[in-house]
Amino acid sequence: MVILSILILNKAGGLIYQRDFNEGLNKLSSNDYLVLAGTFHGVHAITSRISPVPGSGGLEVLESDQFRVQCFQTLTGTKFLIFAEPHQPNIDVICRRVYELYADYVMKNPFYQIEMPIRCEQFDRQLVAYIKPKQ
Amino acid sequence: MSNLNSPFVPFSPNPSIQSGVPTTTPPLSASKPSQLGSSNLRYASSRKSIYDRHLNRTQRSELSKASFAFLFGEMIQYAQKQVLGIQDLEKKLNIQGYAIGQRLFELLLYREGRSAKRETRLLGILQFIAQTLYRHLFGKSADGLEKSREHEDEYMLIDHEPIVNSYISVPKEMSQLNCAAFVAGIIEAVLDGSLFPCRVTAHSVFSEQFPFKTVFLIKFEESVLEREAVLQ
Repeated sequence: MVILSILILNKAGGLIYQRDFNEGLNKLSSNDYLVLAGTFHGVHAITSRISPVPGSGGLEVLESDQFRVQCFQTLTGTKFLIFAEPHQPNIDVICRRVYELYADYVMKNPFYQIEMPIRCEQFDRQLVAYIKPKQ
Repeated sequence: MSNLNSPFVPFSPNPSIQSGVPTTTPPLSASKPSQLGSSNLRYASSRKSIYDRHLNRTQRSELSKASFAFLFGEMIQYAQKQVLGIQDLEKKLNIQGYAIGQRLFELLLYREGRSAKRETRLLGILQFIAQTLYRHLFGKSADGLEKSREHEDEYMLIDHEPIVNSYISVPKEMSQLNCAAFVAGIIEAVLDGSLFPCRVTAHSVFSEQFPFKTVFLIKFEESVLEREAVLQ
């Protein structure tokens, strides 16, 4: 199961965490990542409105032949974007685990300011330790 | 039997049942409702407060790590607002732990039972801290107890991965800070309480095997070493 990268967006759609787990990826500038996050946030909001099925959430999965992005939105409005290779089962499990690590090592950190970019060493370490063996 | 002039009042939950002493104080349970508005004590529907519970009732109970982590995080943020530097922040955490250590020490001694002896030797009290106190607080005993080679008055208590620090990532600009200063305060209170005056500080020591290793440096005062030498 190959995870390409992970993005975390805050309530307002701002990018608070971005990390690549695969060397072959195009490196964008930090500004580009911010634009990407903002765009996704907007698209997510639009899709939740235009859906023909009443009461549905926003965009959840976007799949192409090169990649698959899965979006997990929490009840608090934080979005976790997991970029993976196409045709991957069980991305949900990874989403939930990343959310768990976020709730532990970011939320319980007294030095983290809510909605600000995540600079928690423990979170990075645990995330890498979780994702790397899967590559 | 009960001397009304004596400074020591024999304990009884209900003073009206002391034998031989006619009393005008109403039984405790009847006086509670009038005080309910002014006190912070919580009363159950059976009109019992926390002071009516047996001390050993919560001996085996466990605390959720997440609850503690959130509370501890708030304590750190609260202390951080009031101070300007890392040393002061550690001192504040130390003071917070000190208050807890004082009370915890009495409780642990009570729970040791009647056969327990008061620790008068240095190694004895350090073993008490490394085993009993640590097990009560964290469910495991301390990972090491060492005596410093350079200084006669310094001892080190080692914890490979302090539970209080499990979710805390200290930012790089504050890398000197170790939030286990809170635990250092608890240890200092226990030592002061058993008449081994000292200063306890927490230091992060990086090791390959244990990246979160913390060393509690215990520096005793002169009087302790002199007494130890006499007892030798």
